[in-house]
Formats: sequence, C-alpha cells, structure tokens
Amino acid sequence: MDICKMTALELAGKIHSKEIMIKDALDAVYKNIDKFDAEYNCYISTCREPAYRRAVEIQARIDAGEIISALAGVPVSVKDNICTKDIETTCASLMLKNFKPIYSASVIDKMEAADMILIGKLNMDEFAMGSTSETSYFGEISNPWDKGRVPGGSSGGAAASVSAQEAFLSLGSDTGGSIRQPCSFCGVTGLKPTYGSVSRYGLIAYASSLDQIGPIAKDVADCAALFEIISGKDAKDGTSMDFPKFEYPNVTNGSIKGKKIGIPADYLGRGISCDVKDAILNAKRELENLGAIVEEFAMPIVKYAIPAYYIIACAEACSNLSRYDGIKYGYSSPLAENLKDTYIKSRSEGLGMEVKRRIMLGNFVLSSGYYDSYYKKALMAKKLIQQSFFDAFTKYDILLGPVAPTTALKKGESLSDPLKMYLGDIYTVMINIAGLPAVSVPCGFDKDNLPIGMQLIGKPFDETTILQAAYVFQKATDFLKSPADLQGGLS
Amino acid sequence: MNYEITIGLEVHTELSTKSKIFCNCTTLFGGEPNTHVCEICSGMPGTLPLLNQTVVEYAVKTGLATNCSITRYNKFDRKNYFYPDLPKAYQISQLYLPVCRNGYVEIDSDAGKKKVRIHEIHMEEDAGKLIHDPWEDCTLVDYNRCGVPLLEIVSEPDMSSAQEVIDYLEKLRAILQYTGVSDCKMQEGSLRADINLSVRPAGQKELGTRTEMKNMNSFKAITRAIESESKRQIELLEEGKEVVQQTRRWDDNKGTSYSMRSKEDAHDYKYFPEPDLPPIEISDAQIDEIKSSMPELPQNKKLRYISEFGLPQYDTGIITNSIHLVYLFEETVKICKNPKIAANWIMVELMKLLNDSGTLPENINFNHSSLGKIIVILEQGKITRETAKKVFGEVFYNDVDPDTYIKDNNLSVMTDSLAIRTAIEDVLTQNEKSVNEYKGGKTQAFQYLIGQSMRALKGQAQAQEVTKILKDILG
Amino acid sequence: MQIGSDLVNYLEALARIELTDTQREKCKSDLQDILSYIDTLNELDTSGVEPLSHSFPVTNVFHEDCVQESKDRDGLLLNAPFKKDGCFKVPKTVE
Repeated sequence: MDICKMTALELAGKIHSKEIMIKDALDAVYKNIDKFDAEYNCYISTCREPAYRRAVEIQARIDAGEIISALAGVPVSVKDNICTKDIETTCASLMLKNFKPIYSASVIDKMEAADMILIGKLNMDEFAMGSTSETSYFGEISNPWDKGRVPGGSSGGAAASVSAQEAFLSLGSDTGGSIRQPCSFCGVTGLKPTYGSVSRYGLIAYASSLDQIGPIAKDVADCAALFEIISGKDAKDGTSMDFPKFEYPNVTNGSIKGKKIGIPADYLGRGISCDVKDAILNAKRELENLGAIVEEFAMPIVKYAIPAYYIIACAEACSNLSRYDGIKYGYSSPLAENLKDTYIKSRSEGLGMEVKRRIMLGNFVLSSGYYDSYYKKALMAKKLIQQSFFDAFTKYDILLGPVAPTTALKKGESLSDPLKMYLGDIYTVMINIAGLPAVSVPCGFDKDNLPIGMQLIGKPFDETTILQAAYVFQKATDFLKSPADLQGGLS
Repeated sequence: MNYEITIGLEVHTELSTKSKIFCNCTTLFGGEPNTHVCEICSGMPGTLPLLNQTVVEYAVKTGLATNCSITRYNKFDRKNYFYPDLPKAYQISQLYLPVCRNGYVEIDSDAGKKKVRIHEIHMEEDAGKLIHDPWEDCTLVDYNRCGVPLLEIVSEPDMSSAQEVIDYLEKLRAILQYTGVSDCKMQEGSLRADINLSVRPAGQKELGTRTEMKNMNSFKAITRAIESESKRQIELLEEGKEVVQQTRRWDDNKGTSYSMRSKEDAHDYKYFPEPDLPPIEISDAQIDEIKSSMPELPQNKKLRYISEFGLPQYDTGIITNSIHLVYLFEETVKICKNPKIAANWIMVELMKLLNDSGTLPENINFNHSSLGKIIVILEQGKITRETAKKVFGEVFYNDVDPDTYIKDNNLSVMTDSLAIRTAIEDVLTQNEKSVNEYKGGKTQAFQYLIGQSMRALKGQAQAQEVTKILKDILG
Repeated sequence: MQIGSDLVNYLEALARIELTDTQREKCKSDLQDILSYIDTLNELDTSGVEPLSHSFPVTNVFHEDCVQESKDRDGLLLNAPFKKDGCFKVPKTVE
C-alpha cells in the first residue's frame, strides 16, 4: 500500500478507520520529500517536529472515537505566502528569509480546527509574482513531468508537490492564474475560489483586490473537501463575504445533464497552441457526451484583460510591498549608513528583479499625471470585463476555456522576456478581475506527454456547479495520471 | 502698503474611541513603547484592517455639528509614503470621497459674526512616534499611536488673523468636546493644526503664495507662529522678493520658523482606493439617530444662557467655549439656582485660580457640586464672602468638601453679638489714635477700624454687624 | 507612451529602489514593451463607465469599538533587524 498515491479523502478514510496511523502517513510523505525534493525543490521548509506532535494529539482523538472532519489527520502543505505562526513564511524572497509571523492566517486556523496537519511551506515565485516559479530566492522548481521544464507559477511548489506525491493536498494563492496555471502544467486539480469566499487574512498581499487562497489536489473531490474547510466569511477580512455554506458532498452527487456551457471564442484564437486547442475541443465533446450543451460565443473584451490586470495588480503590489523597508522585519542591508540607505539598499538587495519591475510599473500607473489614463482606466475596464461575464452568465451556467495557451515551458524561456510571460496569463487574469471562481482540471496531454488543463468558470459563489462539472468530467476521463504512472516511476 | 493675511487650517483631532480605527488595540495615551500594538496596527505582512464603527459615527457627528453635508457613500484611499513612523508605508485616509464636505463654523470676530467654511472632514489613522536617542544618535520607533483614529478637518482659507484662528480653533474644540468626539488635549497631541498662510497686498484679487506650518499644538505657539510668518512674508514682499511655497517648522523656543529641508526624494502620494476596506454607506436612519443623540451645541447653549439666564454675552462666550466650564456651571446652577451668581464665581474666582495655578479648564478636578454648595452657604449668610473665597481655594486645590471644611475649621459666621462686641472693644483699646481721629471728624479712620475689627474676627463676622456695633460704641 | 531614463530614475526614487546600470537599461526596455502593450487599453471605450475598485458591492463591514489585548511586545519585535528599549531602531531621522 503506497500511502502517497492515495487521494486525501482515501487517506482520511483509512485514518478514520484506523487502517493507517497518522504517523505512518507523515513518515510516507516526508520520505517522498526527502527522496524527491532535492530534485524538484517544491518546499522551502518543512515543519516536522510540530507536525508529529500534532499527529499524536489528533491520533489520540481518533482513537477515542471523537467525530472529526472529513480530512482529519491528513497532511497539508501550504504556499509560503500564507502566514503560519512561529513558522518561517518567506514569500520565496530574501526580503522575508527567516521571517516568523506572530499569528496564523485564518485558513491555517480553519485547517487546524479541522484537524489537518501542516507539514511544510511551499516554494513559489517571489511574492507570487511570476508564472514559472523561477523567481524564487530559494531556487527554481522543476516540473515533475519534465525536469527541464517549469511547473508554472506562482503556486509552482503547491502544484508540483501534489503532482510529485510530495503532498496530498496544498494551499496556493491565485491573483492572476497562480493556482490554475501551475495545476495545468503539473496535471493536478486546483480551485481559484470566488473573491471573498476564502479569508485573505494572513495571506501576504500581492494585489489585494485580486488575491484568493485556494486548494490544489489530486482530484476534484479532494479540492472540494478542502474548499469546504477553508471557505466562509471571516470577521477578520472585511472583503470576505456571507454566502450559503459550501458542502463538498454536493459536488460528488451532481450531474451536468442539460447544463449550458459557453466557450469564449476569443479564448481559442490567436496564440493558443494546437495541442491545447485540441484538448479543449475534445473536452467540449466529452462534456456534450455527458449531457451538457456547449457552444462558443464572442467575448471581444478578452484582449484588454492583460493590460487591465497588470495595471491593477502592479499598482496594488507597489503599495503592498512598500512595507518591506528593513525596519520592522525582514532583510535589512548591512551596508545602510543612514535612513535613506536603509530603505533603498534593503529593498534593492532584498527584492528580486521581477518584483522590482512590477513595483516600478505600479509606481508609474499611480503617479500623478498617469493615474487617470492608466489606473482609473483599468478600473473602468474591470467593470466592463465583469459585465461581459455577467452577460455571459445570463446564457450559460458555466464557461469553459483553456488555462494557458501552452503546456509547461522550458526553464529560462520567458525569464528574459517579461512581456511574453505576462501574455501567457491571458486566459486566467480575467477571472480574477471579475472576482469569479474557476477550477483547473487536467484534460489531456500534448505531444510531449505534458499535461494540459482546462478551466471551468462559474458564477460568483457558485463553486458547486463548476466542481460538479469538473467531477463528472474527471470520472468520465482518464487524465488523472501522475508523472509516476507515465514514466514508470518518478525519477 | 497694507497687506491682507489669508489663513486656512488643517486640524487633526484624535477621537475618543476606546479602540483604534482598524484594530482592537487600546487608544489610551502613554504606556510603555510598543505595548498598545498588534499585528494589524504594526502593519505585519498579511494583516487586514477592519473599520471601527464608532469612528464613522463620530465623523458624522462632527460633520453635522459643523453644518457639513454627509457623504452617504464614502470610502478609504491609501496615501503612500515612506517614513519610519508609518509601518505599512501607506496611511489609510480618504481622498476621493471624504465622509463630510461643505460645512462651516461661525466665529465671533472683531468684525462681528463670521463663517469659516469647512472644505471637508475625513477619517484617517494616526502615525507612530519617533524618539531621538542621544546615546547612539539614532531614532527609536514606538507604534503605540499608530492607528489611533483621526479626523482631519480642512477649512477654507477664510481666516485673516491669529485671533480669528484661535476663535475658530476654540469653537471647533468646543464642538468636538461637546459631542464627545475628542477630548482635544493639546498637550497629548489630540488636537493639532497645520497652518496654511499667505499674504497679499490689500485689494489684490488672487491669493499670495502660501506656506504651511505643520503640527502646531498650542494656541500660544499658533498665535506667535502666525504673527511671525505673516511678518516674514510681508517683509519678503516689501523687499521685492518672492515667497516660496514650502513647509516650515515653527520653533517655539526660538520664536522663528525655518524651512524643512525640501526633500530631494520624489514626492507623490500615489493615492488609490483602499482595496482592503469595503465602502461605507450611511443611511437616513443613521443620520436621524445621530442627530437625535446630538447634545446642545456651543452656539445654542450660548444663546440660551443669554436669553434664559440673562447672562452677559462675554461671560457666556467664555463659559460655553469649554465643555468643562459648562459642566461646572450647569452643576453649580442646579444647586444654587442662581445662574448669575454661578457665572460670576466662575468668571472671577475660578478664572483667578486657573490663572494663578496655570491650570486648564479640562484639568479641573474638584467635585463639581462644591461650588454650588459654597454659594448656597454664603447666600444663607452662614459664611462671609471672605470665607467663601477661602473655602473655594481649598476646594480648587485639595477638593475638600465645603461643609466639612467649614465645620472642621470653625469658619461659620459669628452670631454671638457679645463676643463680637468684646473683640471690637479690644481693637478700639489698641487703636486709640484712630479712635481720636474719628472723633475729631476724620471719617477715613472709621474704615480703618472696621478693617482692624474684621481682621481680629478672622473675617468670620458679617460686615454690617461689625459696622453696627462699632457705630454703637463710638456713638 | 515613451519611457525615458528620467522616468525610470523617477520611478526608482518613488519606489525606494536603486537599479544597477545594466538593470536600469533592461528595465527601461521591459517597461517600454509592457507599456506599449498596456496602451492597447486606450482602444477600449470606457466612456460613462464607473470605475470598479471592489469586485462585489459589500459595504459597512465594521469592528465594534471594544478593546482587546495588544500583542506581546517581544513578539512584535521578534523579527526586527535592530531594536532598543522596546522600540524599533532606525538610523536617525533628519528633519
């Protein structure tokens, strides 16, 4: 019995029935981390001592027959931009190397209340800025399907660790595609929830109006189970919202018969690779076979998504990241001789180039003289983008599209050309701008046997419908392979 | 040439809420450095602000009391700048849609009543405190004040003298104190003003170039700073030079202002809507509720004191300018039932004690019922006026209870005529010379003898009684 | 929008970031590329559109005005690079 091959719900079932001791699950997953992570670099840190301590407590309660949550005892890994009390939270930046938060994010509290066990903090693009996980101060991450390729980003570690069976489940964050795109590149399932459905309290902000924490897992059911645990209004987050409680069993009970699914034709136009387009069209046929009505429709506003996104995201980022100044926490330049130096040298030395670039861009769009023509214009575009989605949802229950124009890129391919990297976000950023939920699920492989993902986009707070569709699709298809299955074992 | 001075103020007032504007840390003044701080007000990564409901209520109260229109849909913006006292490197404030706009405060200037228009009032958070450490020649940062709620009240440039500025500030302070929005303790920084000042030749239409003096927190300093700065600007113009638009710091010890080093660093606040805080909607019902809970405001109180109590305009102005004097006055009237006498005691005796001791009305800390009690005892003729003043002094400094104090010190009026007569006879024996002078027709000598007798009686006998007995003896 | 060296210098100053000469050149051309692309947004007709800063119309989320205990000071200063007497320590602020 290879514990690490199990889904989180399978593992939880066996822990609940005492077929598997939590300690054994921890041993198994840490063994895989020790075995593979030198290669993949998914983790920035692991927290074994508290994890094993926690395992003892939870095991005792399970042994005592106390009723507990659906994922009780399951190890979970968390992207390193989510604050964990007393456990280093670095945002993959030199700036926050050794930073130990004095509080935990609300999602961490919720997972703890659900008796899940935090096992480690996952590598990512620095401050979640990037689509390749190559901008981490702690080194790039390798795609478990092909070590020469990137796992996507910014939640690269969160997706790759699940793919490489170094984690059962993980939490990522998605500002412009940072959960969905690495899931697509790594062949795993991930949900970017509706803005306001998961508390952002304790998520180190990149772009506050776009950031959402979401689950990454081997399949839709695991994703749904974890989403149920972390979602819900949080009094500490003023932008979190009241909505009917999400219940994951509804996901596995649904059907998509008669559901109307729209594909924005502009998502299949210029720039998309043939393999990805074919996979989406195959998925369309599969969904039709399953009883859905799928059609294409025009959504011309797609071309304005990237400009609007980068303006809004960078503007907020430049403000959010101004607090890293070498005074209260984090990196402080040893070369600083006066106050001005403390700011400039600490920031110049402590932050990476991609972060600096976005901060510079953010400063530009907010500076006097440019605010109206850039920032304000982007907020008007945001309104129109959201409106186009709302219009589409008067006709469709779900929207379908590719997650990324290509499969996983070779390492180094986009680092030298930031614009090219930004353009890769074309299908994902709009969903953040509109605040909508979207799930990324594997839907095929390209000619190099690299996974391809599709996203199902839903109405606000209607995660249930898109997860139902994704679940039905996953049951009917065979794309849930792990790289181990394809290559006869992980290297 | 004659010059006109134009002054506008930005007043910052710390609100009297229990907790901070975006977290639940206490707003108490003082405390060991960094002990009133949490992850939110210190801007730790990942934290989010949550607006204190009472701050909105206080802002609306202030707006209504200053005749503003309330912005029913208002929101917060970020003002970005780097400074060690600002841990997030942005201040959460309101630029685009401030909570109140277009109000006014009426002041009584030399030229009669005058309206000082309020441009806007917005809510924001205070910054921390920087302490210079002389031992290491470095700066220490204390975040206790970080996140204390502030209202910034921005006036139009409607004032033209230091006196008008003081009148406006006193009026504003009274309003803020009456409504309970702020204690306005200037020495604790809970009321401070930035002064924008320009001068122009009389009759010139457009305003002159203005300078700004920041963070002034005493009326005296404000008066001196305005006088000095307007003089400086006029002198520049007289010499044919130009006033440079700049921020200046007033050094009250030296009595001069100096230009704050113009920052070579770029200066751009990059305001944008605060994404972490949802907008605020204020309903009619809320406004009605706040209106109905509004206390009588200084202007109305003043008019009522004049019409109802028949008090002089000047006295009512002084009393109603301070909520602390109002509290004392109203309590005193309640007990002695005589507003005129109560006002008199406050205007004469209390003012003297405040002046002598350098105490501000807000620091009066005796039982407010004591003054009324003293007046009642005095009016009943149980003590003399001299004794009453003396007892009030004890009340003022030591918060004694008047009844107990009078009893313990045997200060009641002497009613024993025989004892008084005996005491007077002693005085006459010792002042034979004056007695003879009086008998020789020198009437001033009589006054002297009364004084000597009162002294011998320690002021405890009624003056009429003494006069009567004295006349009786001297024939 | 043309990006000149002056603008890049200005943005560095605003951001309290200093680039090396090589980085500055690269940054300038990257920003130029990105902004040229961003400028396509000008083609979008936004007349009469109200800017949308918050995705969903939530209003009036408050905390009650009550005091909760502050954080332990040692914890607060735990990550501070320099501290003294219970305060964060910085090079002297010049007036």
